[in-house]
Amino acid sequence: MKYIIAIIQPDRLDEVLQKLEEKQIHLVTVTQVMGHGRQKGIAEVYRSHKEGGSLLRKIKLEIGVNEEFVQPAIDAILGGAQSGNIGDGKIFVVDIEKCIRIRTGETGNAAIG
Amino acid sequence: MNIASLSQWMQQGAAEALAPVTQAAAEAAAPLVQAAAPAPINTGDTAWVLVCSILVLMMSIPGLALFYGGLVRRKNVLSILMQCLAAACVISLFWHAIGYSLAFSPGNGFIGGLDWAFFKGVALDQAHPSYSVDGKNIPHAAFAIFQMHFAVITPAVVAGAFAERMRFPAFILFIILWTAAVYCPIAHWVWSDTGFMSVLNADVQKAGNAVYDFAGGAVIEVTCGISGLVCALVLGKRKGYPNHMSPPHNLPLAVTGACLLWIGWIGFNAGSALGANALAVNAVLVTQLATAAAGITWALLDAWFHGKPTVLGLISGVIAGLVAATPTAGYISPGAGILVGVVASALAWIFVIKLKNRFGYDDTLDVFGVHGIAGIVGTLGAGLFASSVINSFATQTGGTQVVNQMKGIAIIAVYAAVVTFVLLKLINFVSTLRASNHEETVGLDVTQHKESAYTIID
Repeated sequence: MKYIIAIIQPDRLDEVLQKLEEKQIHLVTVTQVMGHGRQKGIAEVYRSHKEGGSLLRKIKLEIGVNEEFVQPAIDAILGGAQSGNIGDGKIFVVDIEKCIRIRTGETGNAAIG
Repeated sequence: MNIASLSQWMQQGAAEALAPVTQAAAEAAAPLVQAAAPAPINTGDTAWVLVCSILVLMMSIPGLALFYGGLVRRKNVLSILMQCLAAACVISLFWHAIGYSLAFSPGNGFIGGLDWAFFKGVALDQAHPSYSVDGKNIPHAAFAIFQMHFAVITPAVVAGAFAERMRFPAFILFIILWTAAVYCPIAHWVWSDTGFMSVLNADVQKAGNAVYDFAGGAVIEVTCGISGLVCALVLGKRKGYPNHMSPPHNLPLAVTGACLLWIGWIGFNAGSALGANALAVNAVLVTQLATAAAGITWALLDAWFHGKPTVLGLISGVIAGLVAATPTAGYISPGAGILVGVVASALAWIFVIKLKNRFGYDDTLDVFGVHGIAGIVGTLGAGLFASSVINSFATQTGGTQVVNQMKGIAIIAVYAAVVTFVLLKLINFVSTLRASNHEETVGLDVTQHKESAYTIID
């Protein structure tokens, strides 16, 4: 079991969700987040007050999958979110120690799908 | 401030403009008024002034409240909305009780008496007893109500200077005492028929010492700007100012507020003609054109120096233009109005964007930078470009009158600064002015009102 965390551009969300759906990955959590990488944000000005390199809006996806779905999920996210420009985001994959489905109390691989 | 019928007055010839004004105006209006009999109430004029008084109320609630509310941080938005609304409640009652009487009843040259306390003798069906020119066709009470809404918005404007850091009880004390000790006397000086710089005071007019202030460029805007500056200095900077401040939390709210201010301000300026007449039409036109020109000026300066025309810049310019139109609307031509609007906006821009940071004081919403600076420019412009064709009171113009306007501004500024300072120090003995460190960090919404503007979940 792996936990996939992806930070992507907000305008890519629809496409990524569609690609995930095509790969039969239906369970995904989406959050609006702020952040910036090496490119920094756009400097904003409010009257005399300058905001240097403020944070940018991003979308964070969180997906728990069994081993066989890890590569399809990565492919889907890459396919949907990759534009080749700075700021496209990142994908992190980490191990899951335990997973429990709250409704039934099932654990492990059965719980995750 | 106006004559009943501009065209009729013009037929009387310009010579009368140089005669003592109350007489000239009475003569000019004589065929309408039938000599000694009290002027009949004109329903059209009365309707216009009542509508304008509602427009002026709309400027403070919700116009100014939303404008300020959008510009503060999300933890303080309720506190500033509350201050604007509380000012409307408290000052309306105060104005009825003694405020109107202090500002407008005969009294002496410095302040009115208490003859008209609780609107005693303020007639519903007869004009102001001594206003032979101004508002001679509207009930005295309509004038008092119109002025009530001016008194309501004035302390609310000052609140922008100390936003995000004054305790609410101290705020309430401040607006009552400030209205009584600062606003009422200054309004009396310039607008009552006994004031020592009023165009309605025949002696002052004859001596050529009157200050031309149509709707409050000096009385309201300069007074607010200077008082706001003193408040900002006495209360001190907000925590984290200037390096760690969040930007405005909701610009669309601020834009909505600025638009309501613009619409309401037409009533503020044109209603000051106290009738539905040529002077009111001139005031509408000057206000609209000066505001438009001032908004464009600020946006262009932003675009030139910061690369883009900013939304906050455009609405700041609009407010500067409205402020500049306030003293001028009933004295100068629309063309001169455009010029005054451009200059006021450019100087306010230089002050707010370029100079303010060097001084290091924290005037939260630029009450001095926008209202103070544009108010001074407008008041000077009202003297420089005053035209007797537009307003029969404008018996002087150009340099002579500019000197009068400067003197008026200086007296008002010094008085407002000193009295505001003393009031703040006195209030601080009774009720601490400044929110505690903890209250400021958590936000005034929760600590002063036990409420939050926005929930996080549901």
